[in-house]
Amino acid sequence: MRRFHPIYLLLFPPYIALLWVGFYNRLEPTLFGIPFFYWYQVAWIPLGALLLYPIYRFEERRRDRP
Amino acid sequence: MTRNSTALAVFLVLFVSVALLGFVAARWQQSGEAQISEWGLGGRRFGTLITWFLLGGDLYTAYTFIAVPTALFGQGAAGFFAVPYTIFVYPILFAVFPRLWSVARKNGYVTAADFVRGRFGSGALALAVAVTGIIATMPYIALQLVGMEVVLGGLGIHGHWPLVIAFATVAAFTYTSGLRAPAIIAIAKDLLIYITVIAAVLIIPGELGGYAKIFAAVPKAKLLLAPPSEGNLGQGFGYATLALGSALALFLYPHAVTGLFGSASRHVVRRNAVILPAYSLALGLIALLGTMALASGVASMPAYAREFKLFGANFAVPALFLQMFPAWFVGVAFAAIVIGALVPAAIMSIASANLFTRNIYREYLNPGCSPANELQVAKLAALAVLLGALGFIVWLPGAQKFAITLQLLGGIWIIQTLPAVLIGLYTRWLHPVALLVGWAVGIVSGTAMVAAKAFASPIYPLDIFGVIAPSYDAISALALNLVISVALSFVFNAAFGSARADATAVTDYV
Repeated sequence: MRRFHPIYLLLFPPYIALLWVGFYNRLEPTLFGIPFFYWYQVAWIPLGALLLYPIYRFEERRRDRP
Repeated sequence: MTRNSTALAVFLVLFVSVALLGFVAARWQQSGEAQISEWGLGGRRFGTLITWFLLGGDLYTAYTFIAVPTALFGQGAAGFFAVPYTIFVYPILFAVFPRLWSVARKNGYVTAADFVRGRFGSGALALAVAVTGIIATMPYIALQLVGMEVVLGGLGIHGHWPLVIAFATVAAFTYTSGLRAPAIIAIAKDLLIYITVIAAVLIIPGELGGYAKIFAAVPKAKLLLAPPSEGNLGQGFGYATLALGSALALFLYPHAVTGLFGSASRHVVRRNAVILPAYSLALGLIALLGTMALASGVASMPAYAREFKLFGANFAVPALFLQMFPAWFVGVAFAAIVIGALVPAAIMSIASANLFTRNIYREYLNPGCSPANELQVAKLAALAVLLGALGFIVWLPGAQKFAITLQLLGGIWIIQTLPAVLIGLYTRWLHPVALLVGWAVGIVSGTAMVAAKAFASPIYPLDIFGVIAPSYDAISALALNLVISVALSFVFNAAFGSARADATAVTDYV
């Protein structure tokens, strides 16, 4: 079993950000007139993907030099 | 030409060209070997981009594109759970599923039940996984027809014959081309979907006077979730558990597993976890179309009264398109949705056929059948599944409502295979009999919670030490399933020892 590397902690922020509904269940601040509740969640779609990318790079590097 | 006939002409040209692609696909990268992984997994040769289109078309279905905005149109904020749901999916896909891909490739597994069979050496547990998969998938296929029907209604085509033609087309190209057909068609379909979404987002908000005005049309009570109150965790808790449970369930569905197994390497799977969220972005924007439909007032316009009466809130987005887009572009948008139904219908029928053939036919009905025989049975099973779904929707009165209820139950049932499939990827400490009992308790308790809500809602208010927690039944039932699986495994392992047959090796997973 490989040792756990801290970069895998990047898997978790989307769950914290979106399971904490009380934080984003609000109208303000709005963005282009869109209430916070809606744009905050949509914003996490690209953010979630961006957080996976460093882990992907890390695993690619580890694959190159075993 | 009238408005409708222009839209219809564009629609038909697109539909026919794309359907033809499905037949041409048979020859693409074909090795000529008569075996089930050639037909049912496209020879496991799809690269990153094709897998992206295939899984995108597979997971973000026509029904999704109708049902999600409909939920926002009808329920407001609660309907937006599809967004966190599709965000939660990808870290799991990234971290866990490359293991499933690797072990399947190494051992020639075609289904998740094949893996369970090999890992735990239990035919009964594998059968449970296979049957759960088939039953959870069937209503999903039927619902694709619902998506089609609504859009065809918007083109002024009513009656069942267009559905019969569309599904006969799917059946024919699925039979001849296997997983290659939806892979090729998905490319065309997704391009149409992206064009539609971009056009919708560029044109419609401006026409309606901006987002502030659009959201001002939503009733105050539906704009946000009901906040927690004394002794009740509130609607937000149901929202979060619904998103999390749906995400955990998604890649246990056979059609998702089939799409994954078709990819050429575990790196294709990992890359797709990073790039598939592009579809979630499209879905998030499509969801907001429900709010735009509300603001546009199409529901009270006499021009759409007949269709709203026929299809209910499901007609919200088609009506919005008819109201906002020029006729030819309505044809493009509607073609995107109907073609969007062909892709998942094909993959789901293939996935069910793989399960039936591998885990029921070969396991119980005709052990030791030849690869060619296995392939033939799978192709016929896919036909049977598609025709079954068609007959169900077309000839059974009230079938649509029934299919929606079954699909709701399907999510709760399929998640009960998580301990065997996903935890099984990491450890075989869990005892197969314990897993089987846990699965059964999960299915029964989950179904009972839905029944207690008159089969209308997947949220059941659990009473946890005096605090009411409205939770998604799939999560509650899964928790019970896990507790039982672990507790019984302690007992069985202590009583009978933990040494069991395991056809997989530690190195198969990486």
